[in-house]
Formats: sequence, structure tokens, C-alpha cells
Amino acid sequence: MSPTVLAYLTKRLGYYALLLAVAVFLSYVLSSLALSPRGYFEGRQPPPPAASVEAQLTELGINDHTPLMERFGTWVSHAVRGDFGRTIDSSSVGEEFGRRIGVSLRLLFAGTLLGTVAGILAGAWGALRQYRFSDRAVTVFAFLLLSTPTFLLAVLLKLGAMKVNQAAGTELISFTGEKTPGLSGSAGTLLGDRAAHLLLPTLSIALGTAAAYSRYQRGTMLDVLGSDFLRTARAKGLTHRRAVLTHGLRTALVPMSTFFAYGFLALFTGAAFTEKIFGWHGMGSWFIDAIGKSDVNSVVAVNVFAAVMVLLSGFLADVLHAALDPRVRTS
Amino acid sequence: MTAPPADAVTPARTAALAVRDLHVDFDGPEGPVPAVRGVDLTLNPGEVLGLVGESGSGKSTVALAAMGLLPRTARVRGSVLAGGTELLGAGEKALSRLRGSRVAMVFQDPLSALTPVHRIGDQIAEAVRVHQDVTREQARRRAVELLDLVGIPDPARRARAYPHEFSGGMRQRAVIAMAVANDPDVILADEPTTALDVTVQAQILDVLRTARRETGAALLLVSHDLGVIAGMADRVAVMYAGRVVESAPVDALFAAPRMPYTIGLLGAVPRPDTGGRPLTPVPGSPPDLRKLSGGCPFAPRCPLADDACGDEPALTGTGDDHDHLAACVKTPGPGLYPVPEIPPATAGAEAPRSERPAVLRVQGLAKTFPVFKGTAFRRRVGSVYAVDGIDLDIRRGETLGLVGESGSGKSTALMEILRLAAPEAGEVEILGRSAAGLTKRQAHALRGSVQIVFQDPMASLDPRMPVGEIVAEPLRAQGHGRADAAGRIPRLLELVGLEAAHADRFPHEFSGGQRQRIGIARALAVEPELLVLDEPVSALDVSVQAGVLNLLQRLKRELGLAYLFVSHDLAVVRHIADRVSVMYLGRTVESGPVEEVFARPRHPYTQALLSAVPVPDPSRERARERILLAGDPPSPAVRDEGCRFRGRCPLYAALGDAERSRCEGVRPAPRSLGGDQVAACHFAAG
Repeated sequence: MSPTVLAYLTKRLGYYALLLAVAVFLSYVLSSLALSPRGYFEGRQPPPPAASVEAQLTELGINDHTPLMERFGTWVSHAVRGDFGRTIDSSSVGEEFGRRIGVSLRLLFAGTLLGTVAGILAGAWGALRQYRFSDRAVTVFAFLLLSTPTFLLAVLLKLGAMKVNQAAGTELISFTGEKTPGLSGSAGTLLGDRAAHLLLPTLSIALGTAAAYSRYQRGTMLDVLGSDFLRTARAKGLTHRRAVLTHGLRTALVPMSTFFAYGFLALFTGAAFTEKIFGWHGMGSWFIDAIGKSDVNSVVAVNVFAAVMVLLSGFLADVLHAALDPRVRTS
Repeated sequence: MTAPPADAVTPARTAALAVRDLHVDFDGPEGPVPAVRGVDLTLNPGEVLGLVGESGSGKSTVALAAMGLLPRTARVRGSVLAGGTELLGAGEKALSRLRGSRVAMVFQDPLSALTPVHRIGDQIAEAVRVHQDVTREQARRRAVELLDLVGIPDPARRARAYPHEFSGGMRQRAVIAMAVANDPDVILADEPTTALDVTVQAQILDVLRTARRETGAALLLVSHDLGVIAGMADRVAVMYAGRVVESAPVDALFAAPRMPYTIGLLGAVPRPDTGGRPLTPVPGSPPDLRKLSGGCPFAPRCPLADDACGDEPALTGTGDDHDHLAACVKTPGPGLYPVPEIPPATAGAEAPRSERPAVLRVQGLAKTFPVFKGTAFRRRVGSVYAVDGIDLDIRRGETLGLVGESGSGKSTALMEILRLAAPEAGEVEILGRSAAGLTKRQAHALRGSVQIVFQDPMASLDPRMPVGEIVAEPLRAQGHGRADAAGRIPRLLELVGLEAAHADRFPHEFSGGQRQRIGIARALAVEPELLVLDEPVSALDVSVQAGVLNLLQRLKRELGLAYLFVSHDLAVVRHIADRVSVMYLGRTVESGPVEEVFARPRHPYTQALLSAVPVPDPSRERARERILLAGDPPSPAVRDEGCRFRGRCPLYAALGDAERSRCEGVRPAPRSLGGDQVAACHFAAG
């Protein structure tokens, strides 16, 4: 890497650090003001003594009697050492983190990958067959999916799976959790069990992703199909198909790189609805649960993580863009 | 070159390319729109056929139809034989085997003709590998050879470059390299130099000649530029309204055109070698192909048209002359088009130049643009010296032609002058008042004396405003009452040759030439003394352009106006300007009376520039000596202590070391070289 590129990257990262600091501050202040952990403790049955509530709040660093800036200062001094405090149930936020990210990744990876590839192919294919029946069919299907909320789609998939299971007489498709609890057997059996659990969430993620990507890809592809350089490629003697594949597709992917970057890092921040509906305990469901329990430390931790992911996505988008488009590299 | 055999005696089977009764229709919202209506062309092996016509005549569509590269909405009928093989109706597989190997194509816009994400060398190698059974490495080596053939310096290194790292001229060279990669029998070149500057155009035409020599291919050269055609073609076919209306060997066509349209075209085109001769415009504008009457499509514009023109005439020869064909039932004599009368100059403009007051004086004008880098933390990394010392001097009643290639800073200079504020460096004086010390109110008042006409007549008119209001708007801006402004509209429209009754129509209801007249009427509304014309005719076809140029000349004489006429077209400048100022990379390199500068250019750049302009006269064009400049202009972001032209200068190349160091270290000051002519060169002969 040349010194200028290095200097550029350093500068860029410094800028990100600044943005991150702002994001952290805002999310801490907002979560602390909006959530009431005191109410959560006081509402327990039987109601705990006031002194114990006070002690627990102080212990977790979320006592609203301590000035907000002081709480934030304490949180930051721990956070910079990698200690994100404890959840409202007194477990380590850091450990919870590790577990939850793994779950979200396992849940979303296949679906996102599949959805992205299918979306690109469907979009490119639709563009090639613009205004023909197949293009219109893809368009209608994509808009149908886009206008179906995730929770509805997931529930519909679940209903479909139940019918299949009923018809088959056994549980072919599982849709609760990551695996069947207490199942033992060979590695193959365990893997098959996991795949059976993964089928529906993957399908629900992939369908939504593919629908969105196919629209963008169709648009960029149409721009490229009318371009002069594709005509040049055909004038050289490439068939239409080959010209589109070697000259058109890559150029049409350039503007998509931003979507890819954000799409893939969103894997780590989880999918709230999908996780909740299919009973996976990933980042998304953690976030929802934490808000429900007024778990300030967890909410802040998820927020900070999401901010880091958004900033990294921007960075990844630039790198991807430069990799796909030589025009960006020189300037 | 020997005269090739005529159409009638060359059977389609032995021709390199034979187009027979070609029809092309495009799908429109109201049914099919014809673009080509029965075209026959024969391109003999090794010959150059020029296909001439104005925009919308269907000439590019013919070339694309022959390659099978028209969009799917096009319906093509007829026959196109390439070396005896039928191209129309052939499958994509069969066609792609012929494309690039037997028939190759060079396109108009080199900036968009190459895939931005692949290396130039790879794109050429791909053309080799599609048709030849060679290894990747062999193809790559062949690509480097081809780049060398088309004159790319250091081809092995440049093959690894991406298209955006090449200039427009170099990209066109790369496209030509692709076209000749498989030794084709036919090269179709669709306006291959239209998007390029004139010195680069000369280079590319030279490369096309080289390409032809190397491959022996026949060339179909599609162009609107009669000068380019005169210099390149053996035979010419003229298209009008989707048909060939005249076809002849190049000398016969230019010397004795038979179709009134061709005659009109040749009379309307300004020439760089003879100035002053009034142009004879062709009245009207090309027909709407959706609404053809069935008669001769040129009849509505033709001075000879009568009842005999009610049927569309066939393309025929006369007597036993089968070489020269025309689609006309008449026999046009001389003086077919009336020569317009340009009125004599008004009193005051006839006085000797030195006694006339200066309308615009510019000295040492400079404008730099900062170059920034980075998105989050923008920092200045350098400057573009867009204008770096230009001098202009315009007296009342005269036209100064400002010429220069793209990037020479013409437009920046105009904008700086029209800003009516203190320039970054140098001086701008309008009507004797320095732009530096003007208050807002004074600048506003002065704006009424300096008006501008823009290049693109459609983009510079508000599409939702009736033309009457467009024309009256400057009056309102200068404080005239509504009724007063409205009262002047009819006269203004009539002044530019439009009908006063059309004041409530909208811009889209007018043709290109008429729209430019509206722009001129708008500029004249506030009775300015100086009119700045920024490429006012470059968007117009030749036959229409002549009318606008004549109008400008008439207005100048009648109203005693002064023009600052910016153009890249030297023939137009030769025709309309009294004086000329030549720019290169932001600096004025030569200025003087137009006759003297064109007859005896002193600066080496002016010499090269003028020698690159094609003349619409085949015999002169063949005899003309060209000075081909090497390379492209250097980056304007580099400040040069010495002469900015020396890297491409033939004079500098011939100098000794001691003299060269002067060009390198000392910026040449403008110096007088006899009479009124000034050139900024240390070594230009006086």
C-alpha cells in the first residue's frame, strides 16, 4: 500500500472515530433518558426493598440518581477497556454479545448470500427481457414481496410448513429455534437437523433481499444495456450474451457495491422480526428484549455495535467500489 | 486513386458491402417511424465511400443496420451482402462471427465506446481471441502491436491502462485498433472524428488511412462534415430524409452537384480557405419522416419544385453517365439559391479601426480553479490554470473570433468577462469601464450592454415559457414596464426572421435554427453593444447554420453591434469574423485580422491548427499540406514557466539547445509581427 493510500485510510478512520463518539454519546443519553431500569426493579413481584433496588442500580451503573454525565463517564472508562458492563440480569454484556452475534450470523448468512445472488440474477435477467412477460412477472413478484412485511411473510411461511408437515405426517420442516434440543446422533444427523431449522428463516430473508436487489440491479443493468461500450463489444464479434456477461454485468455491479456492503454488515446486527418469529436468540431479539426490560447497558452496547457496523459498511463500500471500478482508484 | 467502377456495373456478390433496398422503421408511440427508406449502396473492395447527410437523414442507421446492431425496436427490411454473405436476418451466432472479422466498426463517441472497467489491452486482445485461435499471451502481444500501429506511444505500458486514463483521441485510436484486429474487408466508421478537436481529428483521419493501408479494407465513412469527406472519400452518397438522393465520384459531386439539396449543402458550408463569400442557406428544415407526402421530400425547400415533383424521384444517371446518379427530375442551373444581401455597415462602424471606441478590452486575464481531494477532509492539492493570460480587444462594429480547442479556456474566459467583477488577475474593460470597480447597481446597468447567446438553443430556453415572454424577459429585468416590454416583442421576432404571430408558441414548436433565432432576439431585446456568442451554430446542421450566420452578419451591420464569437469551427470563424484570437491552454498565442492570420499564421500552433481544418474541396484537400501535431495538450494543472505549447511544437523540435532553453524558461510575450498581427512565440518569423 502506498503512503498516500495509507495516509488517506488513516484520515478516514480518524473521521470515523469522531462520528462513532457522537453516535455513542447520543445513544447513551437517549437510552438512559428513555428507559427506566428503576421501574423494572420496582415492578418485580414481590417488590424488593428500596435499598436493594438502589444498590443494584448503582452496581450496574444505571442509577438515575447519579448525574447522567457521571454515569456516561464511568461507562466510557470501562468501555475503552473492552468492558461493556452487565445486563440487567447481572450477566456480562460482553459474553452475551459473543453468543448473540454467532446466532445472528448463522441465521442470516445463507439467506443474505442467497438473496443477493438471486436478486442480481433476477434483476439482470429482467433487464435483458425488458417489458416481456417474464420481466413483468419478476417485477410483480418482487413488488409483492417488498410490500409484504417480514413478520407476515414469516408467518405465512410457517403456515405453509405446517401444511407440509401435516401432509408428510412427520416434522419435515422445523421452525422453532436453531436445533432440536437434546437431539443426539451422528454429525450428519445434527447437521441435517440444523438445516431443517434454517430452511424457513433463510427463505424469508432471501426472498426479501432478492426482491430489493433485483429492482436496483434491473435499473443499473438497463443503463448498461443501452451503453455504447456494449455495442462496441458486439461489434468486435461477441454475441449479445457474452457481451452482457463480460462487459455489462461487472459495470452494472459497480453502483451496487454500496448496497452489498451495508447488506452484509447488517448480518451482524441481526434481524429482529425473523429472530423473534423463528425463536432464534440473536442480536435482534436481544435488542427487543433489552428494551422491554429497560436494560440500558445492553441497549447501548447493541447501538454502539450497530454504529460501528454502519461506519465499517461505508468503508467496505468504498473499498468494494474501488475494486470494481478503476476510475475511482486513480482519483 | 483511380475512379472506381460505378454502381450499376458492380454486381452485389463481388462488392465488399452491398446494401439493397434497405428499409428501417423504429417503433414510435404513434406507430412505426421510418428512418431509412430504400437505400442502395455499393462499397467496392478497397474503396472509401463517404455517406453524407444532416442529422436525422438516416446515415448512421444504415451503418448500424448493416452490422445488425440496431436496437430491438427497429424493423429492418432489404438486403445487406458482405462479400456475398447475407447479413440481414442472420442469427446472432452467425452475425457475431462476421462482426469484427469481416465487417468492423468505429463509433462516434470514443469516450463511451470502451468498457470502463477493463484494461485497453485486454479489450483489444478480446477482439483478437473472439475470431482467432490464439493463446491469451499471443493475443496480448498482438494487442500491443495494434496499439503501436495506431500510434499509441509506449504501447506495452499503455495496454495496461484503463479507458479513463486515455484522452479522447487515444481512445479513438484504441477503437480503431480493435476494428483492424482481424484484418476486416470492410470498416464502417460512424462520424469517427465528430467528437474530437480539429488537430486530433487530423491525427485520427491519418490513423484511418494507415488502418486501410494495412488491411486493404473498404471504408464506409459516415459524416456530416463535407471537408472530411472531400479529403477521404473516393465516392460520395448524399442522404436526405432516409434516402440516397445523389451518388457520384467525389470530384464530380463537389464540382458539379446535380441534386438541389447537394447544391444547397455545398453553398451553405463556410470554407476556411475563402472568406467573405455570402453563404446561401437552404430555406426551411428537414421534413418530419412520419409525415411524408409521397412526393420528393426535398420539394418543400426546393426553389425548382413544381407539379412534376409530386412523385418521389428515383436515383438515376443522365445519358450514359452511370457514375453520377441523382434523385431529381429537374436540371438545376447556376444561381439556384438566391445570394442573400448583407446591408452595408452603418455610419460610424466604417471609420478606421483605431478611431472606433473599444467595446471590450481584456488584458492578462487569469482564472484558476482549485483542485480538491478527499471527501471528509477536503484539501487543496493543486490548481487548474484554466485561463492564464489572455488579451482581447474588440472595437465597435467588429467581430472577434475566439478560437481554441476543448480545454483551451474559451468558456472560462467568457464567464470571467460576463461576471462583471474584478478578475483574479489582469483587467477587463467593458465600454471603457473597468469591471473591477463596479458597484452592484452599475454592474446591473452594464449587463444590459453585454448579452450572450448560448450554444444549445433548446437547453437555454425555458420550455414552459412562450417565446414572447422569453424575448421580453431581459427587458423586464432591466426595469422596463410590462406593456413596454410586450410592445417590443413583435419587432424583435421580426428582426431575427421569425413571425410576430408566433409569440405565444412554446420553444418545442420551433426547429433548432428557429430556436437559436429566439435566443438571439432575447439577447438583442435590451439593445446591447456587445453580443457574446458561445458556439452559437455548433448544434445546427449546415443548411440551417448558414441562415443563422447570415442573420448575425446582417444584424451587426444594421445595429452596429460588436461580437465576441467563440467557436471551435475555424471555417465558421473565417467566414464571420473580422479579427481572430487563438487560444492554447489558457493563453492567447496569436491574434490579428482574420485574412492575415488565416493567410499567414505566425505561431506554430496556429499553423498546425489551420492546416488541420479540412476544406470541402477534393482537389485542394488532396494537395493540402498538413502539420500533424504529436500527442495531446498537456494537463492544465501544471504551471509552466515557459511556453505551454513547446511539448508539441514542430518549431521547438528543430531548435538548438540554447534556443530551446528560452522556450523552457521564458514565457513568450505577445509581439507584433508586421501590421496588426501579434503572436506569443520567441521564434516565430516576422
